[in-house]
Amino acid sequence: MKVHVQTEVNGEAVEFLCDPTTTLLEVLRDNLGLRGSKEGCGTGDCGACSVELDGALACSCLILAAETQGRSVATIEGVATPEALHPLQSHLLKSAGLQCGVCTPGIVVAAKHLLEQDPNPTEEAVRYFLAGNLCRCTGYDKIIRAVLDAAAEMRGEAA
Amino acid sequence: MSEAMDFKVIGTRPIRPDGVDKVTGRASFGADFSLPGMLEGAVLRSPHAHARIKSINTDKALAAPGVKAVVTGADFPQVAAGAIEGGEGGGDFADLAGNVIARGKVRYHGHAVAAVAAQSRAQALAALALIEVEYEPLPAVLSLDAALAESAPLIDEGLMTSGLPEPAAAPSNLASVIEMGNGDLEAGFAEAALIIERRYQTPTVHQGYIEPHACVGRWGQDDQAMLWCCTQGAFDVRSMTAKVLGQPVGSLKVIPSEIGGGFGGKTTVYLEPLALQLSKKSGRPVRMVMTREEVFRATGPASAATIDLRMGFSSDGKITAAEAIMAYEAGAFPGSPVGPGTMCVFAPYRIANFRIKGMDVLVNKPKAAAYRAPGAPQALFATESAMDEAAQKLGIDPIELRLRNAVEEGDSAIYGPKFGPIGLRACLEAAAAHPHYTKAKDAGVGRGVAVGFWFNVGLQSSAEVHINEDGTVTVIEGNPDIGGSRASMALMAAETLGVPYESVRVVVADTETAGFSNVTGGSRVTFATGMAVVEASKDIIAQCCSRAASLWSTDEDMVEWRDGAVHPRPGVNVEATPLSLKDLAGQAGRMGGPLLGKASLNARGAGPGFSVNLCDALVDQETGQVQVKAFTAIQDAGKAIHPSYVEGQLQGGAVQGIGWALNEEYVYSPDGIMENAGFLDYRIPVASDLPMIETQIIEVPNPGHPYGVRGVGETPIVAPLAAVANAVSASAGVRMTELPLSPPRVLEALDQA
Ligand code: FES
Ligand code: FES
Repeated sequence: MKVHVQTEVNGEAVEFLCDPTTTLLEVLRDNLGLRGSKEGCGTGDCGACSVELDGALACSCLILAAETQGRSVATIEGVATPEALHPLQSHLLKSAGLQCGVCTPGIVVAAKHLLEQDPNPTEEAVRYFLAGNLCRCTGYDKIIRAVLDAAAEMRGEAA
Repeated sequence: MSEAMDFKVIGTRPIRPDGVDKVTGRASFGADFSLPGMLEGAVLRSPHAHARIKSINTDKALAAPGVKAVVTGADFPQVAAGAIEGGEGGGDFADLAGNVIARGKVRYHGHAVAAVAAQSRAQALAALALIEVEYEPLPAVLSLDAALAESAPLIDEGLMTSGLPEPAAAPSNLASVIEMGNGDLEAGFAEAALIIERRYQTPTVHQGYIEPHACVGRWGQDDQAMLWCCTQGAFDVRSMTAKVLGQPVGSLKVIPSEIGGGFGGKTTVYLEPLALQLSKKSGRPVRMVMTREEVFRATGPASAATIDLRMGFSSDGKITAAEAIMAYEAGAFPGSPVGPGTMCVFAPYRIANFRIKGMDVLVNKPKAAAYRAPGAPQALFATESAMDEAAQKLGIDPIELRLRNAVEEGDSAIYGPKFGPIGLRACLEAAAAHPHYTKAKDAGVGRGVAVGFWFNVGLQSSAEVHINEDGTVTVIEGNPDIGGSRASMALMAAETLGVPYESVRVVVADTETAGFSNVTGGSRVTFATGMAVVEASKDIIAQCCSRAASLWSTDEDMVEWRDGAVHPRPGVNVEATPLSLKDLAGQAGRMGGPLLGKASLNARGAGPGFSVNLCDALVDQETGQVQVKAFTAIQDAGKAIHPSYVEGQLQGGAVQGIGWALNEEYVYSPDGIMENAGFLDYRIPVASDLPMIETQIIEVPNPGHPYGVRGVGETPIVAPLAAVANAVSASAGVRMTELPLSPPRVLEALDQA
């Protein structure tokens, strides 16, 4: 039996049919064509599938699509505006905070969530907050710097 | 030479051409591609580490809902033995085919036995459970000692050891032996005032790229096939898949997606031949995506190794003799990187008397794949640990000890050729002067030093440079961009052509669009493909000069290319305003057609890469937990085209090496089942484990490249294993010789000390 779900993704109303066991990540990628969220593990260990659900940071591979009924989902596709990248995105580019880039959407979503909670995090706070987002390429150094620089810019300080 | 060169854009840090796609989620990776009518494929994998397949019955699976095709080993041709050229791992086509799908026998837990294509993934998975396989389990061989034991079960009953002075008398699990040596070993040891003799061991580890393997295959009724996949080398996928399927290379087109990491592990094929065979049988495109668990169980780990090392030193720290007996696990098919391991083990040093023996040993684990400087991290872990111990015992500063033995330009490398300009000495001197090294250590902290080395390779590359009608530039090449190489290509094209970086776009094309290029691996892309881009840009310049000369009714040698335009040579009496790329491109329709530059080459002269790493580590005496407090990676890049991405390579390699040293290892049950096949239990480093990774780029230009580039991607993972282990040994006060330095192992060592 398929489930009929009505929800909101990046501010737009969407509806879909899915199996009760289908994850939000699968629906985002396969039903809605939003493939910016990646599956690195499917078990909640890598953060490549990070989204916000009603403003809470979550691994979309661990959420059942049916659970999103009547709620609101924010994905990487909703982060930039048509005119501009989010400061996190531009600082990741400026600092070369990505190599292969497959972890990047998850990092952007998670770091954006962090900066909304704490606009002035310490390096240590960023490292602990992003500990659930695996990156195998960069050694994290340039990612952490990019997040700190983006935070400074968003606070109106020269980055 | 590039030392004297005054670069305009090379060495700057612009934003990569594919950057916006990658930070917005728009970039399309392996699993992101789909086709109408596509089926989902899934693989049935062996539940045994070693077993004979007595029978396979697929009838029930075929009849299951939604199932369109099932394949087993019987659907694939027998592939004749033959060396795989140009891949980073090397190896043999027959072994590759045997690894893609089992025939007769399964050789490791996770070995592919059958594959199903169905309308949905759930249906495909359900059908797998209906495939009936009868196995006769065999004893599993899980360690080097067990594999080499007298009456060890044979993984390949026909395997005769190669490389022995006499042909092998009977089959064994020893696939090959390599020996080399020079001088008088025993005389060298007799001279020594100090001999360090130890066994060093490293575990099976995984490359750990975040993107699992994925592909879509589509077979046509005309036997023309297409593959969309994430790979380090579309041309390698083409040749390997064609071979496994018994098809001509020209019948297969491979379209590489963006790639979410590889580190050597995506230089071979696993799913691709299965997807195509399923597509052939079903008449539909088939997508196959591995789970993380499958990635761990069935794709390229890096070889576990045991190295028995003996090094002799004079009282003033000169190496008098060195011997290494190196055994590497190949996994279930021959082909560990013990060969490069033997060539690297003593490469940083001048050693008159040495003997090296390498052994490639089969065990019932997944077939080893290339992992960043394949074979070198294990080898240098041993040597650099021994160097550290020697420095301690001789009372010589560890950097000074290395300086006293370091190879220099003109020395013969232990593996044969003479070194050209190399940066080992410069890296060591930079390390000695580095604030990390000169500042006092915090209480309890141990400081480790280690040297890294990797050959770097050249191989074949092609590139095209197209000048658009407004003078903007399109570069077409065939090497998937795994870490920012589009930016390097654009920088080299812009530098050569004298145009702004922003006017150059770089396209990574498919196997029917780009000229042939070997794999993205061996740290070769910025070097070799970069050289092709420079040559193709020079081809454009030659065409521009010739067109301008004819326009000005003068000879070609009366004009020259300067600052992005053709000028009359100084002193040549021609009335002409300089003609830029834009001017000439705009007139292409009146002057001989589009400006299209090409180059294809077999790059020689890859400059070897040397590095020095410094690590400060603190051991918690209660728990055995190790904290890396500071880490500095210093490496000779020849010339850093885009310094940020060079630093990124140094940092990323350092952290992978830290993971290898501290946490990572395949944990096996006694019957050969990996017990930690997920990121929760196979723990790669996370952000909170680490400090910032300081870097220092040394530039000793490589004369083999027009801008002095030498490869940088692999060397960074070589030194960290010993740098960390040396720091931990110093902090713990015990010499640690077996990785990983996980808390239980460190605690045990502390208890015994
Ligand atoms: S895919 Fe969801 S956490 Fe890894
Ligand atoms: S950039 Fe490759 S995993 Fe982070």
